[in-house]
Amino acid sequence: MNKEKEILKQTTSIPKTGLIENKDAFKENNISSKLDVEKIRLDFPILKIKVHGKPLIYFDNAATTQKPQHVLDELNKYYREYNSNVHRGVHYLSEKATGAFEEAREKIKTFLNAKSISEIIFTRGTTEAINLVAASYGYENIREGDEIIISALEHHSNIVPWQMLCERKNAKLKIIPLSEYDELIIEEYEKLFSDKTKLVAVAHTSNTLGTINPVKKIIEIAHSRNVPVLLDGAQAIQHTKVDVQELDCDFFAFSGHKIYGPTGIGALYGKESLLEKMPPYQGGGEMIRHVRFEKTVYNVLPYKFEAGTPDISGSIGLGAALDYVNGIGLDNIAEYEKEILQYATNELKKIDGLRIIGNAKNKASVISFLVGNIHPYDTGTILDQMGIAIRTGHHCTEPLMNYLKIPGTARASFAFYNTKEEIDLLVKGILKVKKMFE
Amino acid sequence: MDTGTIQNIENEIIDEFSVFDEWMDKYEYIIEMGKMLPRLDEKYKTEEKKVAGCQSQVWLNSKYEKGKVVFEADSDAIITKGLIGLLIKVLSNQTPEEIIKAKLEFIDKIGMKEHLSMNRSNGLTAMIKRMKSDAAKFILNQRTN
Repeated sequence: MNKEKEILKQTTSIPKTGLIENKDAFKENNISSKLDVEKIRLDFPILKIKVHGKPLIYFDNAATTQKPQHVLDELNKYYREYNSNVHRGVHYLSEKATGAFEEAREKIKTFLNAKSISEIIFTRGTTEAINLVAASYGYENIREGDEIIISALEHHSNIVPWQMLCERKNAKLKIIPLSEYDELIIEEYEKLFSDKTKLVAVAHTSNTLGTINPVKKIIEIAHSRNVPVLLDGAQAIQHTKVDVQELDCDFFAFSGHKIYGPTGIGALYGKESLLEKMPPYQGGGEMIRHVRFEKTVYNVLPYKFEAGTPDISGSIGLGAALDYVNGIGLDNIAEYEKEILQYATNELKKIDGLRIIGNAKNKASVISFLVGNIHPYDTGTILDQMGIAIRTGHHCTEPLMNYLKIPGTARASFAFYNTKEEIDLLVKGILKVKKMFE
Repeated sequence: MDTGTIQNIENEIIDEFSVFDEWMDKYEYIIEMGKMLPRLDEKYKTEEKKVAGCQSQVWLNSKYEKGKVVFEADSDAIITKGLIGLLIKVLSNQTPEEIIKAKLEFIDKIGMKEHLSMNRSNGLTAMIKRMKSDAAKFILNQRTN
């Protein structure tokens, strides 16, 4: 173990971030947060590029985030200096790679405040994590006639795996309705429970509406009836602190690429007691202890659920991203994003005919909107010509769009490297869109 | 009715667009085309006539008249309508064989190639595919009649 610690010290390095303590510098900008956003933007090389000859204004962070130099450096360093397969080798490179890989797992455990690394399973992302739970926990525990509760604002990745499970097992899906304020109706949620309810799967934060769900309450209600809860955390951890012990969620899924890490990596948190009892998801190397043709013995947690060579560089990149975020501080990020969201909401509301979709009291920095009768595709195409990247369409929440009776929305989603000046340009852009189509 | 050849019409469009330096002028022209596209009869706005693979709703109706295929279409997004309008200008009132052969290089030449991209939310590729497969069906029907 000590030898591991030595190797760990050499692998990933501490990032230098744009956090300064001097509040006076920001008085003119009326931003009270501690972030030196101009300095932070320098950490993200892609923010310098030009799109159609204009500076990139990247407002599609809910789809994926940009990567700081620190993450890019660590990815590069891995392949340049210590690339090797993990867990198996006796040589130097292998030990170093294993150290860094497990160090990344440790970082996730700390980030989520999980009890043990046995509870952190690397996956390709949120979608795979949810599929893992559906295929393993779901298949083992859901019987004919059982019920699973999800909500009206879920992403397809937290709908389809359960639909598939229900189809296989002849079980039923029940949907928590949405209020006119774009919030889940908790009284109705309670009414959905029956003695057949076996699982609740709900988003922490809505990618389309920005609504932050009252997940602690949702979990309490489920637990009072002995029903476990899975949280889709894809839109959560980049905006706010998530403490899985404090929430007491049974499963929590997230994606690395949404928190400034590389694509293709994510994690599933699960309570050890649950994961112990769950059958493996995929079979193969790494997830086994012994293999014999007569009988194979599976590996311990978390490896039981990690078949094959893992995304080693991805996990290291994700660890580096978490270091970077910690360097800035989630509290500081949350505070800054709150200001940006407020500013953007106020400015957009001034535009005649603009309708914000998603007006919950508690929101993440996501704004879905419609400009009069203009189709979001038209809005997005013109904004793109101006260098502004937003997302248009149903955002993988088609049932929600049908529920709200709209074809889709234009969505601007902000990160801590977005500025008020960029929002001003978005407003200008939308006014131009209005002129061109009305 | 004497419509020019597909290549001639494409060249006309390329010429029209060559006067535009600014993206804004190009898009304003496309938006104008979109606004001018005749409305599609509601009876054709069915699931069957919908072109799948578009972020906006797109309906296409094809008719076979005197050896030529006539297209009419509609969409709820105006830029899509404009691009459809250009496609109809080029492909409508042509023989099925000519339609199937058409390479439609004009789209790239007028700088609208991004609307042809592999991005699944993009309808133009799906639209062209539908127009060609509808044309092919008319050939098939011809042969079996």
